[in-house]
This record gives sequence, structure tokens and C-alpha cells, in this order.
Amino acid sequence: MRSKAKGGWFATILFTVVSVFYVAPLFIVLINSFKKKAFINLEPFKLPTEKTWVALENFANAMEKYNFLESVLWTVVMTVGSVVVILVCTSMFAWYITRVKSRATKLLYLLCVFSMVVPFQMVMFTLSLVTDRLRLGTPWGLIIIYLGFGAGLAVFMFCGFVKSIPIEIEEAAMIDGCSPLRTFFSVVLPIMKPTYISVGILETMWIWNDFLLPYLTLDLNKFSTIPITIQRMQGSYGRVDMGAIMASLVMAIIPIVVFYLSCQKYIIKGVAAGAVKG
Amino acid sequence: MEKSIKRYFPVFLGPTFLAFLIGFIAPFLMGIYLSFCDFRTVTDAKFNGLSNYVRLFQDGEFVHAFFFTALFTVTTLVLINVIAFAVALVLTREIRGTNVFRTVFFMPNLIGGIVLGYVWQLIFNGILARYDLALKISAAYGFWGLVVVICWQQIGYMMIIYIAGLQSIPGDLNEAAEIDGANGWQRLWNVTIPNMMPSITICTFLTLTNGFKLFDQNLSLTAGEPMKQTEMLALNIFNTFYGRVGYQGVGQAKAVLFFILVVALGLIQLRMTRSKEVQQ
Repeated sequence: MRSKAKGGWFATILFTVVSVFYVAPLFIVLINSFKKKAFINLEPFKLPTEKTWVALENFANAMEKYNFLESVLWTVVMTVGSVVVILVCTSMFAWYITRVKSRATKLLYLLCVFSMVVPFQMVMFTLSLVTDRLRLGTPWGLIIIYLGFGAGLAVFMFCGFVKSIPIEIEEAAMIDGCSPLRTFFSVVLPIMKPTYISVGILETMWIWNDFLLPYLTLDLNKFSTIPITIQRMQGSYGRVDMGAIMASLVMAIIPIVVFYLSCQKYIIKGVAAGAVKG
Repeated sequence: MEKSIKRYFPVFLGPTFLAFLIGFIAPFLMGIYLSFCDFRTVTDAKFNGLSNYVRLFQDGEFVHAFFFTALFTVTTLVLINVIAFAVALVLTREIRGTNVFRTVFFMPNLIGGIVLGYVWQLIFNGILARYDLALKISAAYGFWGLVVVICWQQIGYMMIIYIAGLQSIPGDLNEAAEIDGANGWQRLWNVTIPNMMPSITICTFLTLTNGFKLFDQNLSLTAGEPMKQTEMLALNIFNTFYGRVGYQGVGQAKAVLFFILVVALGLIQLRMTRSKEVQQ
């Protein structure tokens, strides 16, 4: 017993040290976001001193010069819009193709599974042509693209869950006079709540952080997202404003950390569920 | 019941199917077709048979990107899975602070690849600057830099899957082995790992495909520098499309090959580890 406890303490101490190193990079970015931009590359690991401290100037710069807040807004519009649409549409789709058994629905299921393994590079060029032609290069238009491209995983996960719902519940509702739509929304949907949360979290993580799809399809003269703005700050040759970059990184990371800490339980469960099915 | 649902197909299937058509099926089929064409835009596409595929193999940068990606994927696959498995083994024991550690290790996963790349660029350049070096001057720094970033990001994710797997192994299996006189090491190899094969299958599959498809971190951390030596496949394809005029056809052929490669590797890997899974 004694030796076990000792081993336990050793592991705790070891992991505490590792954890400190694990969060250190984020902490270093945070302290650098308060430094004068000239000092960031010179001494990244030092705490700001009186000489290097600029308070919130970098944050103001990021917002004014690079319209950072606007890209946050568009990222929110795109993510929330897409996730809501994906959840509603794909769950209906999944319920239908699981309950109606025919060759066509089987084919649709296989197509969805297939789309999950196709890397984005395969379709990126042609997809940007399609969105251009159909004038979908706005955050609103991208909702449709995300529904199409994100359907695979979502349909797959919902189908897995629908199969486990006893069909008798739905039959009872239909015998009582519910239309299929009503059956779906007032009987099936509430039962599937855990799957909605899992799928919602997985899709949110993906769309919020996605860089390449919006970069290739959005009209970049009018719209930007958080990853695109950060990439452009660094990519614009000549004067790279390290201060504004640090501030933007902090502003990009903080909402994610807050979101994570507030619904950590669901996120970890959702990830585990998605992985097991994937 | 099936019949009455059937009539509602425009409502249930319509929206997703349409979006799927626009967002996936049409670009996919067009992509296959265009890989056999010479084109700048779609309207001037001319069929030219396999010549894009021939040109692709003459492209030294692409071949280099392939081997770089393969080496990177093998390295991260081994490192991530061994470390994540070990961490999961420790964190399922009764030690203090398990939940805090899980929370910390998983967190980098939620941060996007572009952001992560720039966070680590600051760190690496800060360390290397002490020796008058920089991340983008050597392919070796770029390689190991990428390995560190990806391990940092994905170990927590795989750890969560391994923890879920470990918790689903019935405790009496290990107890029985212990009574039979198996030591810790024997129990790990003969009881725990065989029962963990489903989780190992998933995690190796994910790390394999993630490694091959890596793009964001590659772009933000090194952008392929120096001299495209740290350019991975996905970035190479991107640069072929958007960086070289007249190479769109070759880019599309690369993309098709890339797709076949990812699918084939995934299938081979699944077959290899699935065959080792045991029935419970």
C-alpha cells in the first residue's frame, strides 16, 4: 500500500511539472501581448518591464488596423449558423435514411461515409470554382458549403444513434396521429440530445478553426475569419506587427479556453464518442 | 410507418442532399475529370490524358514532400501513441489531480492549427535566437518543430480515447491475471494491450491520417521553408494550384493521388490493427 501511495505522489509531481510546461507556450504569448512590438522577438521569455510594457496598445492595434473584431464576428456567424443548420438538416437526413430502407438510402449512407475520408485538397480547387459561380462566397453562403462538406461525419454519428432507438416509440407516436415531421421533432429529437451535443461540439471545433476552406471560398475583400486574419498579418511581407499578432493570438485563444472550461465534460465526451464511431 | 415517412423525402433529405451535391459530389467529380485536363479555369479545360500524372512524378518537390510527410507521419504516429498510452495508464490510476491533468493535456486540441503554428514559432525562435539560429534556416529544425507542435496538440486527444478504452476493460481480468501470478509488465502486454486494440486502431488511424493531411500547422510554422524542404504534401498541392501558373492540372492530379494515398493507407492500417482485436 505504502509504495503505491509513494508512486502516486511521484506521478503527481511529475505531471504537475509537465502541465506547467504544457501551458507555458500560451502563457508566454499572453505576456508578450503586453510588450512593445520591438521587444517581442528580442526577449520573448522575459516578463514585461516598465520599459517594454505597453498595456493594451497591441490589442487596440489589432482591432483598428486589422479589423480583428470584424473577423471574430464573421467567424461567429459562420460557425453558429453552420452548426445549427448541420444539426437540424443532417439529423433529419440520418433519421430518414435509417428508417426508410431502400437501395437509394443505402447509397446515400455510403456516400456520406465516403466523404469523411476524402481529404480537402481533393476538392479545394473545384469547390472554390463552384462557390464562385454560385456566389456563395459570403459567411452566409458558406453555411451551405459546410452543410455539404460536414454532412459525412454528422450523418454517420446520427445514424449510429438512430439505430439504437427502439422503433416502437416512433410507431406509437405515428399511430396516435403524429405526422413524420411531428414525430421527428417531438419524439426523436429529444431522445437524440446527447448526440446533438457531441456532433455540435465536433463541428464547432472544426469550423471555428478552419482556415483553408474559408480562405479559398470567401470574398476576402469583404470578409475574413480569425485564422485568415492572423495568417494575413504574418504573411504580409515587410512590416510584421508582432504586437498585433500576439494580441490576436490571445484574443483567438481566450474564447476557446473559456468555452472549453465551461463545457469541458461535454467536449471530452463528444470527442470520445466521435472517435469511437470514426 | 415507412410508407408515410417516405412521402416526406423532400423535407428530410432535400436540404442536406442539395448541399452535399454542391459542397462535395460536384467538386469531387469535377476534380477527377479535371485531373486529366489541361486548364486555367474550367471553361478552357482540354482533355490531355495522363500527362498531368506523368508531369507529377517528374516534380522533385512533390517527391520530396512525399518522403518528408511519410517520415513525419511515422515519427508522430509512434511518439503520440506511445506517450498518450503511457499517460492514460498513469492517469487512470488513483493519483491526485488526475482531472486537472486531463484538462490541461487536452486543451491544445481545441486551438486551431494556424494559431498554434504562430504560438510555437515565437517559442522556437525565442529558444533558437539564443544560439543565433532561427526556425526557418534548417529543415531539421522545421521537422522537429512540427513534430513537437503536433505531439503537443494531439497527445491529449489520443489520451482521452485511451482513457475511455482503459476504463471499459473489466477490472476482474487484471485481477485474475494477478492471482495467476502475472507481474505488471506481463499484465500490460497480455491483458491490457490486447483488450485495448479497438482504441489503438482508432488512435493509430487518426494519427496516420492527421499526419498525412497536415496543412495549417505546416503553413503557419514553417510555410515550407527553407527552400520548400519542410513542405508537406497538402501544402505542396496548395502551392501547385495557387503558386505556379499553368500547373492547375498537375495540382489536381496530385490531389487525386493524395486522396487515393490517404484512403489506401487508412484501409491498410485498419486491416492490420483490426485483425489483432480480440472479442470480449
